[in-house]
Amino acid sequence: MTLTALASLHLLALKGAALMGAIVNLNHPAHTVDWEFIHLSLANVIVIGLMLLVFVLALLLPFPGAAKRRESERAS
Amino acid sequence: MSAAPSAPPSKSWTVKVREKGVEALPPDRLLPDGQPTYVASWIYIFGVASIASLIVIILSGSILTLKGPAWWHYTSVGHFFNSIHLWSVELFFFVMVVHLWGKYWMAAWRGGRARVWITGAITFLVAVPAALTGYVSQQNFDAQWIATQAKDSMNSVGIGAFFNLTNFGQMYSYHILLLPIAVVLLVSAHVLLVRRNGVVPPFELEQKLPAAAPAPAVAPDAPSEPSGDGAAQPPRELQG
Repeated sequence: MTLTALASLHLLALKGAALMGAIVNLNHPAHTVDWEFIHLSLANVIVIGLMLLVFVLALLLPFPGAAKRRESERAS
Repeated sequence: MSAAPSAPPSKSWTVKVREKGVEALPPDRLLPDGQPTYVASWIYIFGVASIASLIVIILSGSILTLKGPAWWHYTSVGHFFNSIHLWSVELFFFVMVVHLWGKYWMAAWRGGRARVWITGAITFLVAVPAALTGYVSQQNFDAQWIATQAKDSMNSVGIGAFFNLTNFGQMYSYHILLLPIAVVLLVSAHVLLVRRNGVVPPFELEQKLPAAAPAPAVAPDAPSEPSGDGAAQPPRELQG
């Protein structure tokens, strides 16, 4: 990779970081969720919530082609 | 002239290993034509998603190992591969936990699949220190903070003398050699056991399985027998 390409990539990364910094202010101690003895960072709570959401969606959303496979199985 | 006597059966260890291997895992189970129809569900994809993440982890980690800390801290391409390695680990744990939840709620240890469940659970437990040793191998203030915090937990359970989290050399060796080998071996055993026992069927289908003929293990014309450890194989008509 040439020096110019590396510099462009680095500039792009800086712009990306600046953009994210504008959306999410990270210049502070981490937010935490406290409940009795439970002490979790907000980031971890969000990840756990996303895992639960993905788990429920995986159970509920139809899988592409599944209905057709079941139909052809019944027909045969 | 009398006919030459037939050769005695070979006692070669390679033949024995081959025969045991084929007996334990016939080729059509190791690399089947298709999976049962019930596998066509999103909840079944998280196992293979974990393996895909693990492959990205190993590939990006290998590149980081070859180039070293100065590269991953001070160059743009190094930052890129460092980020790929971090986020593939995050994704690995994310999909592995969803996989674990899915298998727990479908009681995936049913039908002689206890070893499948155990190897999966141990893989999860071994992956945790694999990630921890990675966090303390970053060579930055974050690594120092994590190491000095985590050493107290090691000391509190009496294993601080064996696992010194402030010793970069020891942690790095664990992270790039011993623990990855353990994870890959465990995942390999886990996948081979899944192939041997078949993917666990839904509860309602399991009621029908004992009455149904098991899938042929070696050849379509071979007499059907239950698998050695009592695992219920889905009938052929349920396979896609």
